[in-house]
Amino acid sequence: MATCTGCSLLCEDIEATVKDGGLSHVKNLCRKGHGHFQSIFTERTVPSIDGQKVDLEMAIAAAAEVLKNAKRPLLYGWSNSTFEAQAVGIRLAEKIGATIDDTSSFCQGIMMEHILAGRIPSCTLDDVRNYADTSIFWGSDPSNSHPRHLSRFSYYPRGDKRQRSYEEERTCIAVDVRMSSTAQLCSNYYFRVQPGGDAEFMEAVLSVLDGKIPKVADKKKMIELGTLLKKTEFGVIFPGLGMVYSMEDKMDLFERLMVRLNEITTFRAIPMVGHYNMRGFNELLREKTGFVNRVSFKGGAAAHGPENSVLSAAKSCDAALVIGSDPLSSLPFGTARLLSKKPMIAIDSRRSLTTDAAKVVIPSAISGMEAGGTAVRMDGVKIKFEPIVESKLPTDEQILIRIMEAI
Amino acid sequence: MVSAMEIYMLLPKTNCKKCGVPTCMAFAVGLLRREKKVDECTPMIEEKKYEAKLKKLREVIAPIENASETGLIIHPEKCFGCGNCVVACPVNVAADPTRCGIGLGPQSDRVILKVEDGVVVCNNLKECRRFGPNKTLCNACTVTCPSKAIEFV
Repeated sequence: MATCTGCSLLCEDIEATVKDGGLSHVKNLCRKGHGHFQSIFTERTVPSIDGQKVDLEMAIAAAAEVLKNAKRPLLYGWSNSTFEAQAVGIRLAEKIGATIDDTSSFCQGIMMEHILAGRIPSCTLDDVRNYADTSIFWGSDPSNSHPRHLSRFSYYPRGDKRQRSYEEERTCIAVDVRMSSTAQLCSNYYFRVQPGGDAEFMEAVLSVLDGKIPKVADKKKMIELGTLLKKTEFGVIFPGLGMVYSMEDKMDLFERLMVRLNEITTFRAIPMVGHYNMRGFNELLREKTGFVNRVSFKGGAAAHGPENSVLSAAKSCDAALVIGSDPLSSLPFGTARLLSKKPMIAIDSRRSLTTDAAKVVIPSAISGMEAGGTAVRMDGVKIKFEPIVESKLPTDEQILIRIMEAI
Repeated sequence: MVSAMEIYMLLPKTNCKKCGVPTCMAFAVGLLRREKKVDECTPMIEEKKYEAKLKKLREVIAPIENASETGLIIHPEKCFGCGNCVVACPVNVAADPTRCGIGLGPQSDRVILKVEDGVVVCNNLKECRRFGPNKTLCNACTVTCPSKAIEFV
């Protein structure tokens, strides 16, 4: 059985064998996971310096040089690396006084911070399958982002206390700016909000929970939602980026909503993390420094702040190590352009805009298919996996250890 | 999925009865049920004035001809591979309760739907509840699909 590292669900029931340079009759991979597994076969990187192919030893030595000569190095990426590799990365950042940040900085970072601090109660996806009777997809569309979310955990499967599942015992609610694919499955429990209107929606929910008239257009529907929430035995909210971006500076309102819901019944939240091991990095960094992301080890002690976010540090750094990420594609254009002009080390299994612009490219084995390790699922459950294909490529962990030794 | 009315609009609408049924509407329904074939409407084949409509008719009927005996059609290009239908199908759950029942991929051979190579494939359609003398209008797989990749004729 293989484990898929395509998204943060880390499905472990995959039956895949690689034969004659291809995959066929692989079982249980969703379309996203299948695409992820196919990535073994195309656009693979080779070790290179300034676009010229070199051998691995030279690329690693060049990477160490770049980091040694940097006064304000940035180490970025991490969400697509194993727990073990992330631990080495954090040690490396500390050793060279670098700024270290991961993709959560412009993703679920703020939600993850609240959950790991215990300010927003959470649970596991297995708890969802076994006990949840109300699933709320808030600003998230798992049918497109995490295809097997509804069939493995949140709506369709049977569980210990939910033997009759979606037909009689589970309700799913979608709060979104548009009728997404998931919202279509939630039929009459789809609530449309305006972009940025989530705070208003939460105030309305708080009103109905207190028996007051909500300040919304469709009062009847909101009152029905209130009734449903009050009758829920175990509810789970799955906040996606749609909600996180809207509520970034108003998280105390979401905290208040969770507190209020938990006064009436049981409610939990599980963040809809994208990359397969973003949570692993957040947990590791938090254990070491107390912060989930945006840390600078310059001067020895760990400092946290927006200046250490990749969005800032990409502009202020003088060299960057990018591992398993493509910031030139995902960062805002101006920031990406500034970053592209700096000496970059790209550790990546496949070619991307970032590897094309990087000074040093180091190919790595794809975690989950060619390299084993541990990862943390979106709900905090640690999943250990083994590779399914033999590869001569070094793993992320091995590359980072060798760079660290060479500095 | 094309409707009987849409098919009717492409027919001659003369009720000539040459196909064996009394009205063109009955013929349209018969086409949907796969009891009739387009070629049985001889005026459409023989008279040149129906050429354009005949072409369109053949186009809309084509997916129906590929439907299975239970009327199930899968559009793999629309499928997300989400497994909702695999976990919702009552026959799947009965055949593999410790796997499909709880959201995992099936291991039994008696399941009807499973996800292979990223999209859903079907097997053993004789086990489907819409088939056979005691058939029911089960729609578990179609209502749970987020992309309308699986539908009934």
